[in-house]
Amino acid sequence: MNKTPLHNTHIQLGAKIVNFSNWEMPISYSSLIEEHNAVRNTAGIFDVSHMSVFDFDGDNQVAFFEKIFANDIKKIYKDNKAIYGALLNEEGGILDDLIIYHANNKFRLVSNCSTREQNKQWLEKHAVEFGVKVMERSDMGILAIQGPYALKKILEIKKIDAQVNTLQSFGCMFEGDKLYARTGYTGEDGLELIVPTQDMNHLWDQALELGCTPIGLGARDTLRLEAGLNLYGKDMTINNHPYESNLGWTIDMSDENREFIGKNALLSIDQSKSQKIVGIILQDKGVLRSGYEITHEQGKGVVLSGSYSPTLQSSIGLARVDQGYKENGKVMIRNKVLNIDFVSPRFLGQGKISS
Amino acid sequence: MSDIPGDLKFLSSHEWARVESDGTITIGISDHAQDLLGDIVFVELPEIGQSVDAENDTAIVESVKAASDIYSPLSGEVIEVNSLLEDQPEIINSSPYEDGWFYKLTPSDLGELDNLLSPEDYSEVCED
Repeated sequence: MNKTPLHNTHIQLGAKIVNFSNWEMPISYSSLIEEHNAVRNTAGIFDVSHMSVFDFDGDNQVAFFEKIFANDIKKIYKDNKAIYGALLNEEGGILDDLIIYHANNKFRLVSNCSTREQNKQWLEKHAVEFGVKVMERSDMGILAIQGPYALKKILEIKKIDAQVNTLQSFGCMFEGDKLYARTGYTGEDGLELIVPTQDMNHLWDQALELGCTPIGLGARDTLRLEAGLNLYGKDMTINNHPYESNLGWTIDMSDENREFIGKNALLSIDQSKSQKIVGIILQDKGVLRSGYEITHEQGKGVVLSGSYSPTLQSSIGLARVDQGYKENGKVMIRNKVLNIDFVSPRFLGQGKISS
Repeated sequence: MSDIPGDLKFLSSHEWARVESDGTITIGISDHAQDLLGDIVFVELPEIGQSVDAENDTAIVESVKAASDIYSPLSGEVIEVNSLLEDQPEIINSSPYEDGWFYKLTPSDLGELDNLLSPEDYSEVCED
């Protein structure tokens, strides 16, 4: 079982530990709802060192990313910025979703934990023809500090370059081997810090001293769900294409000459008939869970992610449904037919449904 | 686990039963169980008048993370459910042995009590 450099710290904080893709990770430290609210209202810190980090070497990195990445790296390769998108196979199936960071003429890629070996092999296989070297950075850990006060807290940490204050959303910068990026997985402002493992304990302790709340993977899941952000393996897998996974916006075909892996398969998909990922809110008492069946006037669907939303104080979910849905539908929960509303997956900003 | 009330009997799946002075049985889940589940946000209780069998699932408790079946420690007929849980399921987290009880039943076979664990034996189950 893999452990992050902060494993002992988590234990000392009383975290409940779960096996997450062969990593021993903290799922919560106290109350998941309190942790969730801390990120929404103040600032929280996450250890997400289970994620995979890759660096690259070689002259043709831009051409390499143009080939393997369904979003267009040309959007960022002259800037200090991050770009989100998908790695597709030839059939247009999603191998993973990931972020590529570019700053100081260097690229760094962060992808999911469960797909680490697959991605490593895939990247290495396709890097050969571009003379690009793929370097897995298992000596790197990732901390995310998120929440309305996240940046204020980060600026008080002396070891972090105060220039992070100037980063725009999705902006990033290197400080030596450390990468600071204004990205996250919570729907809140904040940074992700991709740093050498030996720096993690100091940064973590500093953040806690400054009042950041430690946040486990449990609240990370409810936070990302409220923000309408997909979780690979749950909301999409290799058997899904981007158009039925709310990732159509990350498919960039504006450069007609760019031949990326999966492009031809995507061109043959009739998007008007594809299923869609939609947000759902349960109007009755209960909790939506993955796998529950959905019906609406013109079709059916299934719940992908479902949970209780601490912010909306009702149950929400992401569902993949046939097109033709209107405002309402039904969900089957343990042989009971309950009512759902179809909404934008971005649950935040739609206000409280009821109070 | 020193705070387990001594008058309770347990299933190893973390449900407790208490024999009340009027001979009815009150059923709930342990402090250890609520701690494992985390923040409880929804409970589905049996119907009043429903017959339940020992060690069969009779209720469902949902935390933020997951849904869990609740098994009845004893057989009998449900005579009362804790309606407080409908709007305040988090009471189970704060008071698992008192205000957070699930349902009461009239037992059909008090001999089944012998199949349940004492607080001491249940504590050992939790430590495993």
